[in-house]
Amino acid sequence: MEEVDVEPAVTNIPAASDGKHLGFAWGPGDILVYETLYKASGSGCSFIHEVRKDEDIYSPNLRKLFNESHHIFVGLQTIREDLPSKNKKPQFVSISKNYRSVIRACMEELQQVAVSTKDAEVATQYGNQVSILLAIELIWNLCEVLTLSGSLLLHLLDWVRLHKADVDEKAAEVLQSESPAEHHDYWDVVVSYVLQGRLEEARQMLVKQATLHPAARKMYKLMDTLLSKMPFYNPGGTQTLTEFDVKWRHWHGEVNRCLQDNSFASNQHLEIICKIIVGDEDTLLEHKELLSTWYHFLVTRLLFSHPTVKPTELHYYAQSCMTMFLDARSVPEPLDNILLAAFEFDIHQVIKECSIALNNWWFVAHLTDLLDHCKLLQSHNLHFGSNLREFLLLEYASGLFTHHSLWQLAVDYFDNCPEFGRVYLGLQIEHIPLDTERKALKVLRICEQRQMSEQVRSICKIMAMRALRNNRLGSALSWSIRAKDAAFATLISERFLQDYCTRGTFSDLDLIDNLGPAMLLSDRLTFLGKYREFHKLYGEKRFSEAAKLLLSLMTAKIAPRSFWMTLLTDALPLLEQKEVIFSADQTHELMFCLEELTSSLNHSAPGTDKPTQDEDIEQTKVELLRLALARNLAMAIIKEGTIEA
Amino acid sequence: IMENINAKYVSQKISKTRWRLVSHSSLQQPDIFATGSWDNEVNKISFWSIGNHGGSDTDDGFEGDPQLLCEYKHDGDVLDLQFLDQDRIVTTSSTGAVTIFRHHQNSQTISVSHRWPRAHRYPCDNAPCTGVVCSSPEIVTVGEDGKIIVFRADQEGVIRVIENADSSTIHAVTYLRTTEILTVNSIGQLKLWDFRQQSDAPSQILSLSGDRVPLHCVDRHPNQQHIVATGGQDGMLCVWDVRQGSTPFSLMEAHSAEMWEVHFHPTNPDHLFTCSEDGSLLHWETSTHSDMPSFLQGGRNNSMISRSAMAPAGGNQSLISAWLSGDSSKGRLETTHMLPSQTLSVNSLDVLGQCLVCGTDGEAIFVNRQVPV
Repeated sequence: MEEVDVEPAVTNIPAASDGKHLGFAWGPGDILVYETLYKASGSGCSFIHEVRKDEDIYSPNLRKLFNESHHIFVGLQTIREDLPSKNKKPQFVSISKNYRSVIRACMEELQQVAVSTKDAEVATQYGNQVSILLAIELIWNLCEVLTLSGSLLLHLLDWVRLHKADVDEKAAEVLQSESPAEHHDYWDVVVSYVLQGRLEEARQMLVKQATLHPAARKMYKLMDTLLSKMPFYNPGGTQTLTEFDVKWRHWHGEVNRCLQDNSFASNQHLEIICKIIVGDEDTLLEHKELLSTWYHFLVTRLLFSHPTVKPTELHYYAQSCMTMFLDARSVPEPLDNILLAAFEFDIHQVIKECSIALNNWWFVAHLTDLLDHCKLLQSHNLHFGSNLREFLLLEYASGLFTHHSLWQLAVDYFDNCPEFGRVYLGLQIEHIPLDTERKALKVLRICEQRQMSEQVRSICKIMAMRALRNNRLGSALSWSIRAKDAAFATLISERFLQDYCTRGTFSDLDLIDNLGPAMLLSDRLTFLGKYREFHKLYGEKRFSEAAKLLLSLMTAKIAPRSFWMTLLTDALPLLEQKEVIFSADQTHELMFCLEELTSSLNHSAPGTDKPTQDEDIEQTKVELLRLALARNLAMAIIKEGTIEA
Repeated sequence: IMENINAKYVSQKISKTRWRLVSHSSLQQPDIFATGSWDNEVNKISFWSIGNHGGSDTDDGFEGDPQLLCEYKHDGDVLDLQFLDQDRIVTTSSTGAVTIFRHHQNSQTISVSHRWPRAHRYPCDNAPCTGVVCSSPEIVTVGEDGKIIVFRADQEGVIRVIENADSSTIHAVTYLRTTEILTVNSIGQLKLWDFRQQSDAPSQILSLSGDRVPLHCVDRHPNQQHIVATGGQDGMLCVWDVRQGSTPFSLMEAHSAEMWEVHFHPTNPDHLFTCSEDGSLLHWETSTHSDMPSFLQGGRNNSMISRSAMAPAGGNQSLISAWLSGDSSKGRLETTHMLPSQTLSVNSLDVLGQCLVCGTDGEAIFVNRQVPV
């Protein structure tokens, strides 16, 4: 077995007593745990505990995330493969932004709830979820940024600005005060702007200070000039990278000269700003509080020291920045490692770290899927056959499937896993509890659309059995028709016929009278329909048609042998009519049927000493029939032999 | 049309949505709707507002985003939901219960007004109660147990039960006239029941010849009471004339999976709406080609001739609704999709005035306030 990456987390089962043995069984998303005894004697504990790893899917706020992202996921899968990549790229970017806006929306809602709830525990829980979502969005955004074309640095700047909202809050506070330039946070705001490369806004702030100190006007003018002349590389523009580099070095030299000749020596704030824009690391590190994260430090350092940084060089700077920024004592957090891996373009490491850090596969599954579509993921096959994308999607979807409601989303994910999706779906869909017909119909529709005929049969059989148990013969028949289950249809027909034999009338005539083509599903069902038709014809006094039908039921072997006696008994009133209904030929056939029946009865019941009452009745019936048939035959022969006058 | 519609994700699969009734006299657009959920560990009924009371107090980006007013726990899936009056709704549950809830507008709370816990049941099991229709104070419900039950909102017990109304599941019920109802079942039959009759048999049974495709929904034309539309498992829209024949008048291919609901627009019945398991919501519109209003056209006008060779009993042929000659290939019928593609099943819809609301298995509610009718 391979080494584990992290120590497994330990979960205590509080209700289980100390020192007891615990037995367990794996479920799709959880473990059932119970106390067990090795010896058979002694009383056991009657509890079963359910240990659930992923609580997130039960959070009502996060549900929106799952639903909305499902919609985006399905849309992503339909982007046509054959489009040229320059058309696809903007679509992928917009999809990535969609995912992120969904995350942000969810985060904002959670934040609102966390703030407004009075329950401290709930507040903490929601607060944690908010932090996790923040981290997720950060990582996702970084991945998006690193894979976009265009100026890497500009994108990174955007990224940092997006995730550092407190600057704007502070700035608003300062600007709204009576004398902004004298506000105690004023310089913090200015420096923060500079650190984020928002030089235009820094300059505007500085103007306020300049007006307060007219004596130092020249100095402020100089700073303003320096800030305004800083070149920013625009890849879409006419300037080439080399040209930019030259310009930038020139500007950098100018700033350096200002430092060297102490132009800002009399104002410590301006001096600091000057050192920042020249890229002095120590000054940057002095402002750890304003930077607050090592990756902000990284971006700022790149902005002012290496603006032409290439993506391949990023990881050098990332590692060193992280080391410089964090104290010797502090250990990098999981988030730091993930971001570092992202800067190194080690997607697999990012995914692996995220999989460990988060208890829900949502993030890694969707991110990997998107990266896979962008063809940024080198597919290396894992030992068990599928690739990384599929593995993560399968894990995520399987987790969804354990949820009482979100299982429907999982279906689309399985559909997009070409290797194993279908198998997973087939296995799990049969375990969905079917409380109502409506739910069963939805599950059936899913199975039918994917030609999962075994599951269709199985579900229909379950529903049909349930209906049968509750004596809903019509429903049961409806289910067997859907499954084209002839055997079950036969079973239902038997029930009807039994009912008829015991009660003498048909129940559920609305069903039998209106079977339509469904009658052909099973022989027994056909017989049932035709038998009922016979009764109708008889009731309408269409005797000769009824007679013909009755006979055909026996001669065409539609009727089961066990029913022949009943049919022949039904024929009696027809035989007893004044008018001759059965022709001679037909009577011969009836007689033949009777003989067939009685001979098989005689064969099967040899040598009892005393004939039972039932047998007596049977014997009487047979004799009555023989008599009636003989009489009819006689009349029929006479009738057919007579020439009409 | 699609720009006017936005999804609101509500963390519950919506099984039913219904607009609160607005009085016919006022030209007000509806502003409150109720929803019921299904397949949750704890199901809920909720009341929402789209703030049509004029005045843009909402500083949300999207005006008209439904706001939750209040909600209440519901035992079992909400299989059907109807407004009894301005303040009360009736719901039917997968546990077989029928419940009246009262919405207290002032305090925005909900309370249970009356409950019949096991109205529909089997001898040893629950029987989901699948449909309800009401005309205050009368309430009629149907269920998987094949029973039809009549209640009165103000009385404890049950007024009338038709025990073996159907050997299969009855999926939906609607009023044909004040004393007659229509039911549809899972062996494809449309049955008429006359409550004035003592017998427990339907007064008429209609069905499609051919396969007994289960029918899931039924709605009656608001003005012409003999015209009824149904939808079923195969997604076909059938329009029936219950006065004549026992088979549908016209059949139209609508959806590729079960049709869950069909609604005539209550005031513009030339418009019909259907929603389906296949995730689509269709808006059907019949149009007359002539400029002359239909009631002035003589029987000879080709664009209005129905398929039947006979004139309907007691009716001027020109009054035949365009629905009875529905044939999408002849361009007399226009169909529009109202939702973005790739939604999960649309379980329910309701339309009133210019407002349409629907709910899906993707846990989203869509509201469109500018339906072109």
